[in-house]
Amino acid sequence: MSEFILQMENVQKSFPGVHALKGVHLDVRPGTVHGLMGENGAGKSTLMKIAIGLYRPDAGTIRLRGREVSFRSVHDALAQGISMIHQEMSPLPYMTVAQNIFLGREIRNRLGLIDHRAIDEASARILAELNIAISPRRIMGQLSVAQMQLVEIAEAVSRKADLIIMDEPTSALTEKEVAHLFTIIAGLKKRGVAVVYITHKTDEVFRITDEVSVFRDGELVGREDTANLTRDKLIRMMVGRTVDQFFHKESAHIGPPVLEVEGLTRRGHCRDVSFSVREGEILGVAGLIGAGRTEVMEALFGVAPHQAGVVKIRGKPVRIRSPADAIRHGMAFLTEDRKRTGLYLNLSVRDNIAMPSLRKHLRGLFLKHKALRKLCSDAVTSLRIKTPTLEQLVMNLSGGNQQKVLVSRWLATSPFLLILDEPTRGIDVGAKAEIYRLMSALAREGKAIILISSEMPEILAMSDRIMVMHEKRKVGELARGEASQEKILHMATGEPLGTFQPAPQL
Amino acid sequence: MAETSAPSPVAEPEESTVRESPVLRFMARYSILLILIGLVALVAVLSGGVSLRIGNLLNVLRQISVIGIIALGVTMCIITAGIDLSSGAVVALVSVVVASLLQEPDAMDRLYPGGQPWPVPVVIVIGLLVGVFIGFLNGAMITQLRIPPFIATLGMMTFARGWGFIYSGGRPRGSLVQSFQDLGQGSVLGIPNPALILLACVAITYVILNHTLWGRYTYALGSNMQAAVVSGIKTNRYLLLVYTFAGFLAAVAAIVLTARIGSGQPGLGLSYELDAIAASVIGGTSLAGGLGSAGGTLIGALIIGVMKNGLDILNVSADFQQVARAIIIVVAVTIDVRKNLRTT
Repeated sequence: MSEFILQMENVQKSFPGVHALKGVHLDVRPGTVHGLMGENGAGKSTLMKIAIGLYRPDAGTIRLRGREVSFRSVHDALAQGISMIHQEMSPLPYMTVAQNIFLGREIRNRLGLIDHRAIDEASARILAELNIAISPRRIMGQLSVAQMQLVEIAEAVSRKADLIIMDEPTSALTEKEVAHLFTIIAGLKKRGVAVVYITHKTDEVFRITDEVSVFRDGELVGREDTANLTRDKLIRMMVGRTVDQFFHKESAHIGPPVLEVEGLTRRGHCRDVSFSVREGEILGVAGLIGAGRTEVMEALFGVAPHQAGVVKIRGKPVRIRSPADAIRHGMAFLTEDRKRTGLYLNLSVRDNIAMPSLRKHLRGLFLKHKALRKLCSDAVTSLRIKTPTLEQLVMNLSGGNQQKVLVSRWLATSPFLLILDEPTRGIDVGAKAEIYRLMSALAREGKAIILISSEMPEILAMSDRIMVMHEKRKVGELARGEASQEKILHMATGEPLGTFQPAPQL
Repeated sequence: MAETSAPSPVAEPEESTVRESPVLRFMARYSILLILIGLVALVAVLSGGVSLRIGNLLNVLRQISVIGIIALGVTMCIITAGIDLSSGAVVALVSVVVASLLQEPDAMDRLYPGGQPWPVPVVIVIGLLVGVFIGFLNGAMITQLRIPPFIATLGMMTFARGWGFIYSGGRPRGSLVQSFQDLGQGSVLGIPNPALILLACVAITYVILNHTLWGRYTYALGSNMQAAVVSGIKTNRYLLLVYTFAGFLAAVAAIVLTARIGSGQPGLGLSYELDAIAASVIGGTSLAGGLGSAGGTLIGALIIGVMKNGLDILNVSADFQQVARAIIIVVAVTIDVRKNLRTT
């Protein structure tokens, strides 16, 4: 038995026009969590897709438990005890949890028919072993994202996988769910399972990994035991710059309120929410997932109807019944789920940027294509969007560049107010830094910004003022100077200020 | 897939972008056009050049005009990730309505003694309005009653077909006034009128899709309905417009066809909607929405037309033609799917 469960040596992989992996090494020990960090396109996912047989390497050797292997398919890798929990899961939503766990390996009875009871029982056993409280008979589609992820982990364990690759598993989870996932990962470690953990979040590296490999531009920048790492060092390895430059907050002149919201109520989603934003101000909106932060903004922007409330722009009451109204009044809404509510994936970069601005570029019935093309090419230049041409389909861009396309879409409408809902979710560190820089620049120009974020460091660093929501209500506001992670968490979990206890364990 | 092939984002623009040889890019972009050219060449060789005679080429254009016109409307529906199955039935209904108002007095007498044919322009407007109305109903069912387009237009298909039979009593209406028949049988500068009308419809659809808000919004709706809502697009309004336009084009096709054959028949246009969908899909329209063009659909219709014409010239029986057609459709779409894979 080798010291390592997985060894990848000098792995090379090219795609048309992209040298994705330039001779990469990776060693994973059994019973450890090995973090993979790096920007999108740095090569982490490609390397792991090679490890599970989805891609074949151009060069290099892969050893599993000391023996050289060459997978021809994912099926091969699964049979050898490697499983991957993909970023975008594809469960069968109308089947039960148990049926999903045993998909393709159904237990049969003597007649050759599927033995549902045996499948249910086997699933229940695995779920119980892992301390996952989900009934095997539940319908997959009714589970939350976090629960589906746990089911996928159960599936990997049921396959007796001793190497599980997780690709950004926490990007859609609440703190509590993350904590649960981490206990389960700790349990896997005890069983001797190795976990390769791909993430963008530096705090997770320190909470869960034993060692870390950092990638940049298809190369391994370094490998360190987590114990010897600091956050600064980690970020420096990933982006080649220091932390101070990361959250780039400039002081902007804060003017009069441009948007005032009073008593906004959307049945079942938010109750009696009042707030205001000033010119040049960044208002952070903190709260747990499900606290109603996104829902307030949807009501404000006209995506969903509201039953009560007054919205004033520069002191004048306005009626917003649809996003078209909101856009006409100078508001912009960068939604949290890029793919679901943001991008036109199979349309060009040009169409993606121009769509809400088309109305402003009409001559009679016809579009002014020249002006629109200039609008888009200017946007691509000023936000440094990496795309070969304006006609490139937006699905071919990296996550960070897709996000910049969406930001430029809204900037093109010249809004006075931008609502940014989780603007840095699922994008790499370099693109994050650019988004922060841009937010500061926009505030200096006098734009008002509402920043919804679940990332505590982000909201603390970027906001001038933070409003906290809990269970569909606003529970308070903190000025930049007085805000801290502890105060926000207390308010967000519904505990009154003053009953201060040590910060909850994350 | 997208992530790995995407360039890394922090470096300067223009660097490490995916470069393909110009030849490859041309082939990918125009694969359907190349298929058409190849097919034309093949038919020309097999027929010893007969198929390339001007008369025959114009004949092909005339033959595809009806399906082509319908397919343009169907293409717009498919771009919104919808479908229109009612167009063949609309052709029948509009055909009998129009014909019933245009019969010569002696023919009309038998049913409505003493009746006179209505003025042709008035009848054309009435025919178009019937199509527009049915298209509008389709759109209303889809946007207001939230019925999936497949079901809504399937229902409309049998509804319109049924009304065509009820209205006509199941009988064809012949002896149409000559000035109306000229519309479908005449030509300008040697080009048959139906072909001219088709080309005009292609031009109009092209302009709508590429140069109007409505057109760009059509792509947005089909690509991502929720994103379209957030972009401030009144999605229902534009969907309604798309289905109404599809009904309008089906009516145009009905008028062309009725004028060409000189009679209105309730059994007309059977399964035309399927031919139209085939033309649209061969022409590069994606059933998933967000992808398709007027020019592509014209080429799709031409591929079907050239093939049928070739088989006719070669004296292939109608039964074998159906089989051959199926093969061509599958081959053309397969090649086109390859193209999509390369660019995505």
